[in-house]
Amino acid sequence: MEAQPVPGAVSAIKNATGKMPLGILSEPRFSCALGAQQTVLAIPKGIPIIHAGPGCSSKAFSFVAGGAGFQGDGYAGGSNVPSSNMTEHDVVFGGEGKLHSLVEAALEVMKGDLFVILAGCTSGIIGDDVRKVARSFAEAGHPVVGIESSGFRGNNYFGHELVLEGIIDQLLPDTVLQLKPFVVNVFASVPYQDAFWRSDLEGLKRLLEQLGLTVNILFGAGSCGIAEWRGLPDAQANIVVSPWVGLSAARKLRERFGTPFLHCPVFPVGARATSEFLRTVADFVGVDTSVLDAVIAHEEKRYYDYFISLANFIVDMHNNIPHEAHIVADSHYGLGLADFLVNDLGFDLKSLLLVDDPSLAVRKSVEQVASGLGQGVADALEFLADGYAAQECLKARIGEAGSAAIFGSTWETDLAKGTNSLLIHVSLPINDDVIVTRGYFGYDGGLRLMEDIYAGIFRKGRISYMTLLQ
Amino acid sequence: MHTPTAPVTENATLAEPAPVAVPVAAVPANTKAPALTATADFEVRERRLKSILTYQGTAHDLNERSKCLSLKTARRPFQQCSDCSQMCAETLTYCIKGAAVVVHSPIGCCSEASPSNVSINVVARSRGIGEHQTVRAVCTNIQERDTIYGASGKLRGAITLAFKRYAPTAIFVQSSCAAGIIGDDIESVTDEMAATLGIPVVPIFCEGFKSRMWSSGFDAVFHGVLRKVVRPPRTTQEDLVNIFNFLGSDSFTPLLAKLGLRANYLLPLADIETIASMSEAACTAHICETLATYVAQGLERSYGVPEVKAPSPFGIAWTDLWLRAVARHTGKSDIVESVIDAEHERIAPRLAVLRHELAGKKVYIFAGDSYAHSLTNMAIDLGLKPVGIATLHHDQKVDGDFEELNTLGTLVADRGDIDNFTVCNKQPYQMIKILRRLDPDLLIVRHQGLTIMGAKLGIPTILEGDVNVSAGYEGVLKIGERLVQVLRTRKLLRTIADRVEWPYTDRWLEKQGDIFVKEAF
Repeated sequence: MEAQPVPGAVSAIKNATGKMPLGILSEPRFSCALGAQQTVLAIPKGIPIIHAGPGCSSKAFSFVAGGAGFQGDGYAGGSNVPSSNMTEHDVVFGGEGKLHSLVEAALEVMKGDLFVILAGCTSGIIGDDVRKVARSFAEAGHPVVGIESSGFRGNNYFGHELVLEGIIDQLLPDTVLQLKPFVVNVFASVPYQDAFWRSDLEGLKRLLEQLGLTVNILFGAGSCGIAEWRGLPDAQANIVVSPWVGLSAARKLRERFGTPFLHCPVFPVGARATSEFLRTVADFVGVDTSVLDAVIAHEEKRYYDYFISLANFIVDMHNNIPHEAHIVADSHYGLGLADFLVNDLGFDLKSLLLVDDPSLAVRKSVEQVASGLGQGVADALEFLADGYAAQECLKARIGEAGSAAIFGSTWETDLAKGTNSLLIHVSLPINDDVIVTRGYFGYDGGLRLMEDIYAGIFRKGRISYMTLLQ
Repeated sequence: MHTPTAPVTENATLAEPAPVAVPVAAVPANTKAPALTATADFEVRERRLKSILTYQGTAHDLNERSKCLSLKTARRPFQQCSDCSQMCAETLTYCIKGAAVVVHSPIGCCSEASPSNVSINVVARSRGIGEHQTVRAVCTNIQERDTIYGASGKLRGAITLAFKRYAPTAIFVQSSCAAGIIGDDIESVTDEMAATLGIPVVPIFCEGFKSRMWSSGFDAVFHGVLRKVVRPPRTTQEDLVNIFNFLGSDSFTPLLAKLGLRANYLLPLADIETIASMSEAACTAHICETLATYVAQGLERSYGVPEVKAPSPFGIAWTDLWLRAVARHTGKSDIVESVIDAEHERIAPRLAVLRHELAGKKVYIFAGDSYAHSLTNMAIDLGLKPVGIATLHHDQKVDGDFEELNTLGTLVADRGDIDNFTVCNKQPYQMIKILRRLDPDLLIVRHQGLTIMGAKLGIPTILEGDVNVSAGYEGVLKIGERLVQVLRTRKLLRTIADRVEWPYTDRWLEKQGDIFVKEAF
């Protein structure tokens, strides 16, 4: 176009240093609170009922499930999700009546154990009361819960917490507790937003079961579904394996049922962290030391046998293996990976860019945890919800390296290519990869990550120890 | 709170057809064109084209009833998630070369930026355009306090940020449900910023709640483009044919080259200058009537660029009609018949092989509106038997009311009636019952995310994601080859279908009648 700008305006804008209004961002790495429909779908036979605009559910599905390495409809996701598809008519006259009919029909058509109404922006702004609608069904004996999850209230990490709290508040009755020793509830991954949730949660459950615990893992193939959720109050302890997500649920359970909780802020990757995690849990729950020691001895023997079998490769190819690490991930995976990469694999951590946009209070606690993982980790840490800013930061820190490994999302593809860096997908959006059983939790997870990093160097072409490619 | 004046009711009573909105082109303030009185508002499809979302019957019956605009969308107490206008706006605006997009919404609305970024790279590679750009989207990320105090300041900030970050040649601003309901005056901000920055800043009124037809989002984009970007022609490019499309392959270049013409692909991958000067083309065509009759009529009425009055070129006879119509507008009528004859002869041997392989197989089509008619037309060319069609919505009339652009009417006239015609905006709870009952050998689906129904039922299914590749004579062969391939690998889907558990109650699945809960319960 040939239009001319107002004289001086462009340079004034280019040179402006004023702070941008809060929250504006490019290259999004999370969805809105309504994205928590994927949390509901991760509960076996959980059915979300969306009270929002016509595209909200599809968009949330596309980003959070499609963008997690093509994790599809599953049981009731994708186009199967009931939705009120709110129109102008609803905006003017209110949508509670329509929602009521929708829930009524959903109970007829959809085969589910738990129905969670999720309000979107339209419902939130016009003031529909989805909790009231949910209550009218709950009082008639239906497992229906209502969540005020309007997209403007926060991102889908926040939405996940709202769903956890909502189910605890609305589904669980005030009954006499039947405390069951050695039963624990685990709050860890945000399903789908953590692309590896399926593998990680199954792994967590399997490992804790080895200690003799009964584990309510709540989501995915390892969960028994609604029975686990109804059994939440009976557990001896709640275990939060995450820097911040899940804490509000654990606090709520403590408040309502007096259940103590253990907070493990660093997601364990590899043997050192995982054994430490098991010791902490065993101590908290009161697992017999001999059982604990036997589990750790067994797992570590296996782990280090595999690890050491890689030693030939590691030493021979040392100069071909990237030694600088740049992580762009949420706090959950970011801290866990940083710990493993720095303290086990000897990486020089240059960037730890955390993109989940936590509150200022949480940021302080995450910084504290990072300091505990070493000065290098603390120095590398930045909170950057704006993906563009994250890219700029990465560009500056990678420089001309050529020996870097980026642990990030599909957004990092061009940067990795441009700097000849290795890219390992660990955060959303992941639109050019397929994720099924991949995950980096625990003993196996550490080995899997090594496999992905070391095998990854061959993706750039053939490599030989006899010729060092510059 | 903003209260729209003319709500669309669930059971809209039939009103007299409103006159088709005539988009009036505006031009950047600094040009010498006269000031025009365009308004931000455009009529959504349910008002403009009397579009509907529900119907069950036959193709002939639907076409007849549409003539008197007598159909209404039935009330559906149970519905599954639809799509929205803003999604269609994303599809068109994210991939405009050199431009940036500001999504004025909470963050969830901006979710397609990354997949679009992957797609734009793929299409650039496919069309041999070496350079590519990242999707340049900035989201205002509307927060709770913004819904109380308004978010115009944030919108200004986001536009400024987009300008600083990307030095764009234009900025498209997508509205959203939240922005629309809180009543931000987007147009005054975009006008102000356009004047400040000296580039077009184009508001797109694609709020999801405004229309139940998500394709109203296409109209919203074109309305904005016609008002704020397109300028009056300075010359005429007599060999240039506007082709409104998505991110498909470059199939129109070879097709039009046979007549010595060039394809002007719009809007994705086009730059702002190309879009501004689309008023200079010899004529306007598109890959789908649903996509582009609004903009085509806008160009015809404002700048005299004729719209090609023929069905889009899918299937042999429709490609003949389309080429002849294009030839009339470009002075190529003298050579068009020999091109058509040569093409028929060229594809005959391969077509015979495909027809032999596909003969008599039952196919079900789920697409469009219009593109479902196009797909059916192609399927019949290949010897397939259409046992049913579902369109995602249905426009009872087309922009401009040209019978040549009524693809349903043309399909019925050319091919006879087709049973089991459904109009349904996704709704798998209904569609799987229809598919189970009709039990087709093949399923063709235009909409990504709906193919899974075929997979779960074990029906060999293709996703018609790249529509361009099916255009013209070669396109009929291409889609035939893809169908043959999917038939050969059907065992994969059997493995899936054998193990699927549906999220629907037995009561619903076994209920007689597959259409609406209201009737069924």
